[in-house]
Parts: sequence; C-alpha cells; structure tokens
Amino acid sequence: MKKGYFGDFGGRFAPELLMPPLLELEEAMARIMAGEPFQRELADLLTHFVGRPTALYHCANLSRELGFGLWLKREDLAHTGAHKINNTVGQALLAKHMGKTRLVAETGAGQHGVATATAAALLGLECIVYMGAEDVVRQAHNVQRMELLGATVRPVDSGSRTLKDAINAAMRHWIAEQGTTHYCLGSAVGPHPFPLLVRELQAVIGREALDQIQARIGVLPDQVVACVGGGSNAIGMFHAFVPHAQVALIGVEAAGDGSPGCCHSATLSTGTTGVLHGTMTKLLQTVEGQILASHSLAPGLDYPGVGPEHAHLQALGRAQYVCVTDDQALAAFMRLARTEGILPALESSHALAYALKLTGTLPQTANVVICLSGRGDKDLEIVRQELLKREG
Amino acid sequence: MSTSYLTEKITKALAQGRKAVMPYLPAGYPTKEAFWKHIDDLDAAGADIIEIGVPFSDPVADGPVVEQAALCCLEQNVNLAWILEELHRRRPTIQAGIVLMGYMNPFLQYGMDKLARDAARAGVNGLIIADLPLEESNGPRKLLQEHGVDLIPLVGLNSSPERLRAHAEEATGFVYFVSVMGTTGVREALPEQLQDALTQAKQIFPIPLALGFGLHAPSQLQGVESVVDGVVMGSALIRHIDSTGSVGSFLAPWIDSQ
Repeated sequence: MKKGYFGDFGGRFAPELLMPPLLELEEAMARIMAGEPFQRELADLLTHFVGRPTALYHCANLSRELGFGLWLKREDLAHTGAHKINNTVGQALLAKHMGKTRLVAETGAGQHGVATATAAALLGLECIVYMGAEDVVRQAHNVQRMELLGATVRPVDSGSRTLKDAINAAMRHWIAEQGTTHYCLGSAVGPHPFPLLVRELQAVIGREALDQIQARIGVLPDQVVACVGGGSNAIGMFHAFVPHAQVALIGVEAAGDGSPGCCHSATLSTGTTGVLHGTMTKLLQTVEGQILASHSLAPGLDYPGVGPEHAHLQALGRAQYVCVTDDQALAAFMRLARTEGILPALESSHALAYALKLTGTLPQTANVVICLSGRGDKDLEIVRQELLKREG
Repeated sequence: MSTSYLTEKITKALAQGRKAVMPYLPAGYPTKEAFWKHIDDLDAAGADIIEIGVPFSDPVADGPVVEQAALCCLEQNVNLAWILEELHRRRPTIQAGIVLMGYMNPFLQYGMDKLARDAARAGVNGLIIADLPLEESNGPRKLLQEHGVDLIPLVGLNSSPERLRAHAEEATGFVYFVSVMGTTGVREALPEQLQDALTQAKQIFPIPLALGFGLHAPSQLQGVESVVDGVVMGSALIRHIDSTGSVGSFLAPWIDSQ
C-alpha cells in the first residue's frame, strides 16, 4: 500500500510549503508518540483530566421499546462534553513535545474548538480557532466558551462560511506559521499523517467499548453505530471492531432535509472520489470538481468530505454507510431525552435515529452499541428553533 | 529531450537583459469576454508566459484577492473544458507561453489522461498544481510529459536541499519559487532569508527559476536580481484590473525597468 493511503484513499495532496511540517509531524508520531513516556503521560491525562474510561450505558427503557439491547458509549461524559477532547489532548501534548507554542484549529459545531482551547489552556499553548461565520452565529455559546478558555476565535467569511472554509483558513495559517504552530486538525481528514493521527487518538473509544461490552454481556455486539461527518468519532469507535467480522459497522451520515437535490452532507452515500483538504476521499462535488456546500441540522456533520479511512472501509464492504434526515435526528434527540434522560448532540442523534429505525427488525438477543459522541447542550438553540418551526 | 518551450521563453527574455514576465489571471476574470481581451493585451504588452488560473472552490494556497477572483469566475460557470476549448481557438494568435495553474481536484475530475491530451491540443505548455507535492506527482507528470506539457514544481523558503534536489531531478520548464511563507497576495516586503534560499535553489536547479507570491513592484527584487529568471504577478494584476478596468500598462514597470 502506498504511504499514507488506506487502499485507494488518503495520501498527501498539500502545497509543497506544507510538506516540511507534515513530514515533521509524521516523524514526531514515530519518535515521540509511539514512545512509552508519551503514552504514559497521555494515559494519565485521559484518566484524570478527560475522565476516561467513559461509561458504556445500557438504555433499559429504550431497549424495551426497540426490542433489542441498545447501548451508548458515553463520550458526552468526557470533559468538554464530546469525544473531541481525546484528540486535542493527544495532539496538544504531541505539539508541546515537538516544541510548538501555538495551536491553530478549525471548528464547525464548536466542540473541536472548545476541546482545542481546553487542551491548549491545560498545556500552556496559545490557541487560535477559525470558525465559519455562519457557525459563529449558530454556536455562539461555544464561541464564548473558547474565549473564556483564552482562545482567539477568528470568523471566516469566505465561501460557504462553514467548516470547509474554516479548514481552508486554518491550513493557510499553518502554512505561514509552521515554525511555532501545530495545526490541531479536528477530524480524521486532511493530508497524511492526520487521518492516522486522529484515528490513533480516537481509537480509545472503541477499545474501551469492546472491553466494556464483553465484560457486561460476554459477547461482541451485533452492530456498532456512529455518526459520520469527517468521521473521527466513528473511526475511533470502529477501529477496534474492524478485525471482528461478525460485528456490523454502521456509519450514519446526514441527509439534511432529505429532499432530492437538497444540499446535504451524505458524502459516502452520494459523493464521488476526489481531492479536498489534502486527501483523496469521497466528496460532494460537481462533475467539474468544485466542492459543493453541505447542509445538516448538526453543524458537526456539515462537511462535504469524509475521512479517507471511511471511504476505504466502504470500498472494502467492511463498513456500511446510511443516511438519516434532519427530522429523524431531531425525533431521536427528543426520544432519548424523554426515555433515558440524556440530551444527545444533534450529530449523535443521527446515529441514534438509525438505531430507532431498527425497531422490530432484530431479535431480542441482539445488541447495538452507539457512539454517543457528544452532549446536546450546545444544540439547544437549534432544537428550540426547529421545534418552533414545526409547531408554527 | 528537446528544450521546453517555457524554458526557451525565459531564456529569450534573459538574453534581452531582463527577467521573464509572467502575469497570472484566473480564467474568466472579471468576465468571460473581458478575460480574453486581457490575455491578448498582456500578450501584446510583452508577457513571456501567461499563467491562466483554473478556478477552484477551495484554493488553500491562495490569499483573499485570488480566492475572490476565482469564486467570481465560478459564478460565471467557468470550467476547464471551456478554458481548453477557447484556448484551442485563440492560441495561434497568442505569442506567450501558456501555463494553467490550479488545484488537483478539477484536473482530476477532468481526467489526467484527457487533460494531458487536450491541454497539449490547446497549446498549453505547462501545468502548476498548487496542492500536488513531489510525492504524489509522478503519475500526472509522466502523462503530461508524454504530451510535451511541463509540470512546474512549486518550492519555497522551507524546502530542504534534499527536497530541492529531488525536485530538480524531475522538473522541466521552470521552477516556481514561492517568495513568502504564506498564500498569494501582495506584500510590502519580502522575507530577509529569501536571498539565501534563492541562491541555494539556483545552484540546485538546472532550469530557470521564477519568483512569485507577493510581488507588485520591480524594486522588491533588489538583492535577488542575479538569481531570479522570471517573475509572477497575480494579486497585483487583479487589483490593477479592478481599479482600472484594463491591463493597461501593468507590465510596463517590469519590462521597462530591467
């Protein structure tokens, strides 16, 4: 396999000026991150700062309604309220060991921005976060959190003013400031080694889930489900289960309002192969290779690309990728809140909505584990407005 | 191997005692019709090589001026097929060498093989792909070379001697040296370490060396005149067109001052 590739996907399609820092990062992964002292330090932070292991929760109420066992891997219980912190603590620690003094990041939903600002504060690094101007409005609460944590938030007004444009801006910043700055990329996307780096830092989710479910029920689950935007929580969840062929891996993408021609975010379900943000992957694009604007109620899924490893797992047939609409995700959000007392992130609500569709289709002995990637507090304003719209 | 047309163009300019002048303009800017008029005017004004930007929705190596111009072109439905078709029709009257500069994805979707063929047919002499580093460039380079189209490498202040040497083994046409650590766009001053970096690159590359990104006035070349063979101007040209509506005498300072 070609270096930095997952099958036909991945690689390193970055401006030549980014090659030295990408090579430096790759070298640091091998020299620093693979070493015992780094891993010990990271494990300590994950336990005592992040709050790992996160719980694996059996949804007793919902399981009764669905007719099979439903389990939630509770990444919403991690510090800052989402899986994003696993990645940022790891990258910030690596950056510090590399002698960098500043993190630059992009964020869509704001969760990665908050997690980066948090890790930067913890490790004494300066932090600059690029955020699409539209997302700054949608996620004002998270902007305030980042600023309180000492980060500088820079709204991006170009293009579609969402995550993809924030990534463009962060990459440009990194080109200019690479000597002092580490680009703390928020998902398993981008040029090699980022998809690998983020996967390695998020794989803790699946490792824990695998151990926990076996400890609880003594067998592997039938299905493991996670939402996919860039796909970092999903790849982290899937990785430990990939070798276990009897476990179905289901990635759930956002289909927006679900109407034909709607600009959505279901990259693997409807996209085609191309190059964006340094990697060969599946994209929402025109036949001429222009990147299309995406849409999802969940800001964290609002991205027209996807991590290259997901494209590979899909091509292999090892993982299956399905779509869920805004409405279905919102209904799942409400249902989990009412039945289990948990407000899931709208991103995670997509994964949950898929599981709800399985009602009556699985035997009672079946077990489905969902990665509940984050908590829904950040989405309250979106949910409130959507409910008003539907009532009105 | 026969000498590249682009190399010849630069060599000819140097023989006249000046740097090769290489303006960059995104295809279809500011309108489809005006663009070709500007190309004709740049050609008539003595441009040695004209770089035609292939608009892309997510140009990470470009600054705000070029990005906005590219988005303006996309709004007019400019695409590679249109560029190559128009170029094929107009090429016989254009003296300058022609280079297409863009990003990987539009080229990839067109099909690299088809692109190499159609670009050669349209009289394109070289391609610059901003997000195609050395490691990924072998396949495209071979396809382009089969049709006599050069793949121009971009290198910069942070390119190590090893990487420069690796580029030098493959490169044809000319090498594009990025003057700043950053994106395209006019700068008042160029970095202090530029002179040493250019001198090093000049020793390593057997082909001409063009300087681009941030250039707006010949005075910026002070100190590096002896190692630069060509200059590329993009954002400054776009601004000039925005404020005057024409190419006018934009190239004159670069050609007359040398």
